[in-house]
Amino acid sequence: MSNNYLERSVYVQGTGMIKFGRYDNRSIEDMAAEAIFAALDDCGLTINDMQAVYCGCCFQSNANPGQRILKYIGQTGVACINVANACATGATAFREGWMAIKAGVCDAVLIIGVEKMGAGMIDAVGKPKTIYTEGIMGSSSMPAVFAEAGNVHMNKYGTTFEQFAKVSVKNHQHSIKNPLARYQIETPLEEVMKAEMIAFPNTKLMCSVNVDGAAAAVLVSEKKAKQLGMKRSVKVLASVLTSDPYEERDLVMWDFSTLTRNAAKQAYEQAGVGPQDLDLVELHDCFATAELLHYENLGLCADGDAGKMIDDGSTWAGGKIPVNLSGGLLSKGHPIGATGVANVYEVVQHVRNEAGARQCEGAKIGLTHVLGLGSACAIHIFEGPK
Amino acid sequence: MSETKPSSETKPLLPVVDYMQVPANGEPYLQGLKCKDCGAVYIDTRVHCAKCSARNAMQPHRLSNTGKLFAFTVVQRSYPGIPVPFISAIVDLDDGGTLKGNLINVDPDPAKLKAGMPIELVYKQAPWGDEKGNQYMMFYFSPVGVKK
Repeated sequence: MSNNYLERSVYVQGTGMIKFGRYDNRSIEDMAAEAIFAALDDCGLTINDMQAVYCGCCFQSNANPGQRILKYIGQTGVACINVANACATGATAFREGWMAIKAGVCDAVLIIGVEKMGAGMIDAVGKPKTIYTEGIMGSSSMPAVFAEAGNVHMNKYGTTFEQFAKVSVKNHQHSIKNPLARYQIETPLEEVMKAEMIAFPNTKLMCSVNVDGAAAAVLVSEKKAKQLGMKRSVKVLASVLTSDPYEERDLVMWDFSTLTRNAAKQAYEQAGVGPQDLDLVELHDCFATAELLHYENLGLCADGDAGKMIDDGSTWAGGKIPVNLSGGLLSKGHPIGATGVANVYEVVQHVRNEAGARQCEGAKIGLTHVLGLGSACAIHIFEGPK
Repeated sequence: MSETKPSSETKPLLPVVDYMQVPANGEPYLQGLKCKDCGAVYIDTRVHCAKCSARNAMQPHRLSNTGKLFAFTVVQRSYPGIPVPFISAIVDLDDGGTLKGNLINVDPDPAKLKAGMPIELVYKQAPWGDEKGNQYMMFYFSPVGVKK
């Protein structure tokens, strides 16, 4: 097989997102439209320039959300692909669009990530064959599942409740400067640790925020980017998607580390950069415990050093490698289908030097990571305009 | 979760999961599967091997009633109506296989739990039944030596 496609570059030309929050009276069409118009206006293109549309919307993926959005903003008749892949839904849609351009099939495509979340915790138990076993056969709630993963790290490396709690302090602090985050509030360490305990060590403030949201991106070929002047074109250095390989405990304990490690390795190879070259990272902090594990999974530090990394300030704004400057899922919020595209929005702002008050100084290269349980991991690496 | 009173009838308890056997005479036990090619142990129902991709490779494998605590969390808030607190635990069984369940007979205090601690399975009736009035046999984890 020819490898010529590897030489074709793909660029993010425009991005947009809405402020994440609870929008009981807005449809996914209406939320998506606002994000799409922002992304199109960001690069001076229109919906008529889009040769394909990739829509990530996890909970409505079987009800043609992409086509419904086109009926709302402009029914152009192009290919429309609806994507669902758990919490990696938006990033998977992004990668599908990337492939269309990489393959030379399209010069400009639209990526949409949008979600309306219900109230309360996601119930992963489903309809039981016998009886409902939550609470008598362990817990399938997401806070408990990620608490158990954090517990493994505590057992192995002595990582503490306080170190996990600091992740929440950091991400809330970061989001103060992000007007599109759900919250702009400071949560001191004591407040995080004394918040309602959900599943030890995850307190309520260490769980992602349940919000509605939408984000969009316009991806273009090098040819199209050159026509548009390249000045604000952000190059996609790597796009990788992995699923979970066999692991001996995975029938009762999702392993979200191995597939992340596999994706990171492939992404760094594809991009020709290493973790030491990254200026910022937006990673999947669905729970505070997850963020520390992903420092190691993404190679930001050696195995066992994640606790030290949150203690020494490396991943805080102004640190060696700031993580989740947007506020992350813990404070910006986690509308499942939108999350992966919103991560791209954040990194694009920084590598274009357009992030305003929260700008990561001199940022050139950034990485996005999402993890969908079940499982799917998507990693993208971006390089700002020269 | 509506808690139904444990039935006083002699109707046999049904296995809560496919991999549990509840003999009419004798102790309940867990019956898993093992790949005859690579030795991977499974607790679900399957025909082919996820580890080595071998087809039609499963043979019965009786799971051990003892193991070691691998990971845990103390759940203080679950879905509406679920009684808390409880310990959600992951236990690696001796001779292969990993289970998730409630760890009982110990305080739900993270400080009192230690990864690697020896565990034994305890079989008891589930606190609630199904819509048809059937009652079920559950397995729980207990620290070795405090079986009640």
